[in-house]
Amino acid sequence: MSAQPSSKSVIAIIERWKDEPGGLLPLFHDVQAALGYVPPESLSEIAGALNLSRAEVHGVLSFYHDFRTAPAGRHTVQICQAEACQAVGARALAQRATELLGTEFGSTSDDGGVTLEPVYCLGNCACGPSVRVDNRVHGRVDSERLEALLAACRQREEP
Amino acid sequence: MTVEAFLPRDTTALALDADEVAAALLDAGVQLTRNGSRGAFWLEPLLEVKVNGERIAFGPVTVEDIPGLLDSLAAEPADHPRYLGPVEAIPWLAGQQRLTFQRAGLGDPLCLDTYRSLGGFAGLEQALAMSSRQIVQEVKGSGLRGRGGAAFPAGIKWQTVLDTEADQKYVVCNADEGDSGTFADRLLMEADPYQLIEGMAIAGLAVGATRGYVYLRSEYPLAAEVLVAAIERAREAAYLGQDILGSGRAFDITLRIGAGAYICGEETSLLDSLEGKRGMVRVKPPLPAVEGLFGKPTLVHNVLTLAAASTVLAEGAAGYQELGTGRSRGTLTLQLAGNIRHGGLVEVPFGVTLRQLLEDFGGGSLSGRPIRAVQVGGPLGAYLPESQWDMPMDYEAFAEIGAMLGHGGVVVFDDSVDMAQQARFAMEFCALESCGKCTPCRIGSTRGVEVIDRIVNGERRDENLILLEDLCVTMEQGSLCAMGGLTPNPVRSALAYFGEDFG
Repeated sequence: MSAQPSSKSVIAIIERWKDEPGGLLPLFHDVQAALGYVPPESLSEIAGALNLSRAEVHGVLSFYHDFRTAPAGRHTVQICQAEACQAVGARALAQRATELLGTEFGSTSDDGGVTLEPVYCLGNCACGPSVRVDNRVHGRVDSERLEALLAACRQREEP
Repeated sequence: MTVEAFLPRDTTALALDADEVAAALLDAGVQLTRNGSRGAFWLEPLLEVKVNGERIAFGPVTVEDIPGLLDSLAAEPADHPRYLGPVEAIPWLAGQQRLTFQRAGLGDPLCLDTYRSLGGFAGLEQALAMSSRQIVQEVKGSGLRGRGGAAFPAGIKWQTVLDTEADQKYVVCNADEGDSGTFADRLLMEADPYQLIEGMAIAGLAVGATRGYVYLRSEYPLAAEVLVAAIERAREAAYLGQDILGSGRAFDITLRIGAGAYICGEETSLLDSLEGKRGMVRVKPPLPAVEGLFGKPTLVHNVLTLAAASTVLAEGAAGYQELGTGRSRGTLTLQLAGNIRHGGLVEVPFGVTLRQLLEDFGGGSLSGRPIRAVQVGGPLGAYLPESQWDMPMDYEAFAEIGAMLGHGGVVVFDDSVDMAQQARFAMEFCALESCGKCTPCRIGSTRGVEVIDRIVNGERRDENLILLEDLCVTMEQGSLCAMGGLTPNPVRSALAYFGEDFG
């Protein structure tokens, strides 16, 4: 992985948040929005600017499920695995997704196209199973719909 | 003639392709308002069309329905297969008594004129004419209790923050609605965001706080988008800022987004997260009301509690008191979810039974199979079998049987459910989401998964059942917060009522 930390965007983000009380979470969100992940190489710089230890900054980063320290696939597919979706077949749907993508939860398909993740509630509990593809939530997703959503991810990648 | 129509733009409507339907309507020249949802999610996308001044509903509609539906308006709308009649006469909606969600779905959630025309900001105007002490008195008199799950009397919290001297105080809105089966906070923020803003401003005036934070979970991107716009517009119209409506009093709100940690719905963990730290649970005391965000007195409330404050101030404590039963006053916002035909948001006075909810509102299971178990109150709530469905739904009645209403989530399972798997999941989820500060929760949850596996596999079953109960007692009594302390609820109830599933 190339060293991203001194990229202009990260420096600007650090500047934006370093004096804001409680600014570390929004800082991580902004870095991830800009680069797709939070490069571990940037932690020393962030720690220095916020007057924290590198261990503290690493501790915060690793506590939250949302933050990643390596790039994700070109699309992120989250399948809700919480109770309301379990009640309408979310476990079987998750199984189907791993088969279709040939990857487990928490990993990216071999072609780098799709990162598959569990999520615990998208707030669409009356119309589950719920699946989030990038920033869009889909309701009442059955096996057929899931296949179509994953196929659409693949299609959007073609040049 | 131009057709005037409303189509919701909330997460569930969008998840069921409302944007595609909207595009088809706009292509056909319809004058379309994107309203917030009324919470009748089983009917989404729920299209409303003005016919002779009345809003007529059609749902659920698809893109393919649109041409025929528009044709039917000129002829006989009632003949269309998606026709539901006047929207407010739909029995599912007419059978509710809405206070907190009275405006949800009526108009464009971001339109200030709409909000004002529907009684919005009346509570804030009342509050501006009152002293802090008077506002707190009003909230106390209403009997309002926290809607996040713990049901603590709101007025006492307000009084404590007011009475604690400090150079800076905060109002924090807990919008980290992580419980599966709940979406009331989300719906309120997406469909009626100004009510939350108004409630927070009232709370600020009451306790002497000039700064407010909304801590919103990252799984709600649409709610974030709506809140950002609503806060901006409220500020431009001087409902927020340095000089609220020319009163010389200040209050402003900052939106912060969580990062996918369930534990941050626990108030002290949320405060640590807002401070930019790991979301670790704090030992209480000190209470957040005395020493909260950045060590300052902080009023922390759930979205619905803060929103209800605007109703309490607008209607007066007495009006609010009249609804409900026993010590559970006002209305209860229940959320019907999971394997249910007619899922969505049901706001009724306290005292409705689970059976009424499942049968009258819910219409039975979605799959058509018998309902076997209902988990009330989120992942930390008990699983209830049919023998418990006739109890009135209020805080005390539920507490008596070791259950809780929590945030009002009602998740329905049909008879295909494996309750041992659900009990195991409760422990798994606790292990996954524990902040790790206390041992009973951090270690107990993992041991719980193992013990349940052994029971199901028939390994020294009797001994392991005793061990599991012992572990539940340790977690319940030894955990710092409700995460470890309440995880035994689903486990014990699954065992007690559905023991036959455990091998």
